[in-house]
Amino acid sequence: MASALINVPPRARRGEIIEVKTLISHPMETGYRRSQLGALIPRDIIRLFVCTYNGTEVFRAELHPAIAANPFIAFSTVATESGTLAFQWTGDNGFSVAESVAITVE
Amino acid sequence: MKRRTSRRQFLLAAGGAAGFGLASVLRVKPARATPAAMQEAIRKVVGSASVNTGKLKLELPPLVENGNAVPLAVSVESPMTATDHVSAIHVFTEKNPQPDVVSFRLGPRAGRAGVATRIRLADTQTVVAICELSDGSFWSGSAAVVVTLAACLEES
Repeated sequence: MASALINVPPRARRGEIIEVKTLISHPMETGYRRSQLGALIPRDIIRLFVCTYNGTEVFRAELHPAIAANPFIAFSTVATESGTLAFQWTGDNGFSVAESVAITVE
Repeated sequence: MKRRTSRRQFLLAAGGAAGFGLASVLRVKPARATPAAMQEAIRKVVGSASVNTGKLKLELPPLVENGNAVPLAVSVESPMTATDHVSAIHVFTEKNPQPDVVSFRLGPRAGRAGVATRIRLADTQTVVAICELSDGSFWSGSAAVVVTLAACLEES
């Protein structure tokens, strides 16, 4: 069960640049490590992170095994209008988590 | 007649040799600091375009105790308007098992070209970040990191 932490200011002035910070719990298994029996542990990572603002994509990140466990991603966006910021993480083994946060722009 | 090397001649010769040695080291260095796998990965992203140095600032701690989670921040000087903005930022390493680390895609809606994440580093190495601007040019920045505990290899 994955859980995500998202930090977005709840309200902002129109045109203000807001900082978005996201953290999701995930082991990000690289696929290069071996178990104690010497067998390769299969890769299990989040491959894609997408942020949409009222349905328009504003940010996307393609992740590789070199991203640390529990991926933290911080970026910025312009507060254009009130609405929702939706976040989507997708990865190996059918991993898919969606979260959304409301923002009020005045 | 026995000809002795004067002090002046000796110093001139020694200086010349040292200069030559230094020049050859400087010429060899770029090839060693950027191994082939990383160059290939960068080529795949930039194609035949040339990569300029500057504009992009890559922030990494110079000394890392634990390579499993290294804070990384990339910022680019850009007005981030519809006609002049950063469209992508890519990060590469030279000694991790895989040269690719992460690719960020952004646009004028970002407001500011700055991203942050945490990465794994397998060894003491140079990390390179490359950004693509909306006019199609590429800019790069790099940072050398000393890692005391490597990621990827240890049992967790």
